[in-house]
Amino acid sequence: MALLQISEPGKSLAPHQRRIAVGIDLGTTNSLVAIVKDALPKVLPDSKGRELLPSVVRYLPNGQTQAGFEALESVVSDPKNTIVSVKRFMGRGIVDVDHIENAPYDFVDEPGMLKLRTVAGDKSPIEVSAEILARLRQLAEDSVNDEIVGAVITVPAYFDDAQRQATKDAAKLAGIEVLRLLNEPTAAAIAYGLDNATEGIYAVYDLGGGTFDISILRMSRGVFEVLSTGGDSALGGDDFDHRLYCWVIEQAKLPPLSLQDHRKLLLSCTHAKEQLSHNPLARVHETLTDGTVVNVGISQAQFFEITQNLVAKTLVAVKKALRDASLKPEEVKGVVMVGGATRMPHVQRAVGDLFGSKPLNNLNPDQVVALGAAMQADLLAGNQSKDDEWLLLDVIPLSLGVETMGGLVEKIIPRNTPIPVARAQDFTTFKDGQTALAIQVVQGERELAQYCRSLGRFELRGIPPMAAGAARIRVTFQVDADGLLSVSAMEQGSGVQASIDIKPSYGLTDAEITRMLQDGFASAKVDLLARSLREEQVNARRLLDAVQTALNSDQSLLSDQERVAVEQEMKILKEVLNEETESAILRKAVDHAAKATDEFAQRRMNASIQKALAGKSVAEI
Amino acid sequence: MANLSASDDYFRFFGLDQQFQIDLSALDRAYLAVQREVHPDRHARGSDSEKRIAMQMAILSNTALQTLKNPITRGLYLCKLHGVDARLETNTAMPTAFLMKQMDWRESLDEHAEDLSSLEVLVEEVNQSKQETLTEVIQAIDGAKNYERAAELLRGLLFIDKFAIELDDAISALL
Repeated sequence: MALLQISEPGKSLAPHQRRIAVGIDLGTTNSLVAIVKDALPKVLPDSKGRELLPSVVRYLPNGQTQAGFEALESVVSDPKNTIVSVKRFMGRGIVDVDHIENAPYDFVDEPGMLKLRTVAGDKSPIEVSAEILARLRQLAEDSVNDEIVGAVITVPAYFDDAQRQATKDAAKLAGIEVLRLLNEPTAAAIAYGLDNATEGIYAVYDLGGGTFDISILRMSRGVFEVLSTGGDSALGGDDFDHRLYCWVIEQAKLPPLSLQDHRKLLLSCTHAKEQLSHNPLARVHETLTDGTVVNVGISQAQFFEITQNLVAKTLVAVKKALRDASLKPEEVKGVVMVGGATRMPHVQRAVGDLFGSKPLNNLNPDQVVALGAAMQADLLAGNQSKDDEWLLLDVIPLSLGVETMGGLVEKIIPRNTPIPVARAQDFTTFKDGQTALAIQVVQGERELAQYCRSLGRFELRGIPPMAAGAARIRVTFQVDADGLLSVSAMEQGSGVQASIDIKPSYGLTDAEITRMLQDGFASAKVDLLARSLREEQVNARRLLDAVQTALNSDQSLLSDQERVAVEQEMKILKEVLNEETESAILRKAVDHAAKATDEFAQRRMNASIQKALAGKSVAEI
Repeated sequence: MANLSASDDYFRFFGLDQQFQIDLSALDRAYLAVQREVHPDRHARGSDSEKRIAMQMAILSNTALQTLKNPITRGLYLCKLHGVDARLETNTAMPTAFLMKQMDWRESLDEHAEDLSSLEVLVEEVNQSKQETLTEVIQAIDGAKNYERAAELLRGLLFIDKFAIELDDAISALL
């Protein structure tokens, strides 16, 4: 397999056939969008040539929003309405965010996820993130001058289900079709591995603005297999800034500062931190609003000392991940450094010392995640020839469990299990005639539910009334390739398989998304009806394409009669697609046609597995 | 040759012989060959049915891999295929000698929780005991086809394994 050459010029699809899909790194501090062009991944610059979009959104009194550099200018003057590092709040309630008192915003506590009170109303972190995503989408569309079929959006590997769901909801709100949520270190491994034709066990150390991830991967012959992952979804470069800020306050003996001064001094500290990556000395020099001059010098050595505990915290996670993979540091062939914060020399040194090798950083640590995401997006969009396709096998980062009697956790899916995965668990009723049951789903490693992250209560309703303990309700927990959980339940004890309604307490419903869109989601003024019709048309075309491809290659799996029936279904769907303007009717037609091709899809899948295993045995002989 | 109509037999699913001793690298190769076909990334542009089926098959192959990779779950699975239920939740009866040994180990762990070299000696002992039991499982399943006996041994192995994890935790707390 040619790893170096991503696609051979002669074999790539004709331009009009290429489907453009982008990779998006939605970062705590900065966000990027990249695409694969002429077989190479490339970050797309804005009209002024800037590749990083600051992840900052400002809400104005008239409901308008600013994002990126424009919003960044108001960070000091309008702190309450200018939201930075919103990623820290994704899928989080107020109690979940450490040091929330340091953030200058007015928070509104809501079940599941907090909101931010701005001059334009209460905004969920999902809405704020959607503003950033919408800008990136616009940037990409302007830059390629074409429609984007979808995006791969990266998330920290250590993001839990609520954080992932929130990210996907934000994309939906921004009108982006998510091809896959991809773990950031895995994305980096793709960019790195394919570029360097890497083989063996590698670690990816990813210290971003607000999150830390460590992933251990086995790379071999075009397969990226994640063996274990760990990290801290609330530890990043921001914390180094904040540590320096506290130190400066102490040194200069400053009283508590106003919001403006806080932001001002913090920016100064960020700047000093960056200086210290290249210079032995730096100076925090700032004039506060009341005229006070802050002027504090700091040496590299002093900075390393006051932030050493943060570095140590990352190393604990690294050791844990190694242990989970049953590996010793010396068995790791190389460590890839990702994220702007890995530019700090003491981080590089500490990681190098632990693994006994010089960390690899020949790709720009700010870009490598977006580049990998773009490559995966290109693959998912179907632009790679089959021989060049690589395979990514990822894992669930945190154990999934249910709360049992006494607040204990019973683990259902242990961490580092390859995804997609499903496990079933039987529950029963404890009262005669009980028709409902609540299951508390938690994610985390602790034995007590209160120390794990609650993913919410799933309510099971519609259980047939029976004597206590007679009902057998089989609950299936399924985690898809995006790392997202879905729960389904069946009553089996009575012999009648009653399907049971389940309602999760988090994640946005379609109705909520619609409401948010109507509530002046500023950068996406869209006609909702037109949007839903368009979505159905895309679905219909995708089905027609998929079935046509299937018929071209695997017609032999169908009898003549079956083939005619499938062709007939497709003909009907084509007609509905061409004429129908009502999205609900089109959806019905798509569902009907899809059902008619189920059996064909199943036969093709079985045939392909048979062929793959047969090929393997032949190769072995 | 793989037989997919029998997706309830993970060995046949991967084209492997139904026995306790398996070639783990052959399992790994078969798993990757299947994943290359069924992983949802391979069907990102497929119809919804295709996506759903791909996901089901990917889940099945992950479950099959997890079951067969670990010797204890592999053994219990073989017992189940041969109609022997290990009744892990209800049957906790163990031979006295086995229980005595477990108690000795636990005492040893409590006494030497701070002493790395003693714990490492204990690790050796536990590993050896695990290996011996596994050898017995091989004989019981692949040799005598005595699944009742195998289930009993595997129940014991679960205890040993649990203790090995606690021991490992104690050691890593010292590192």
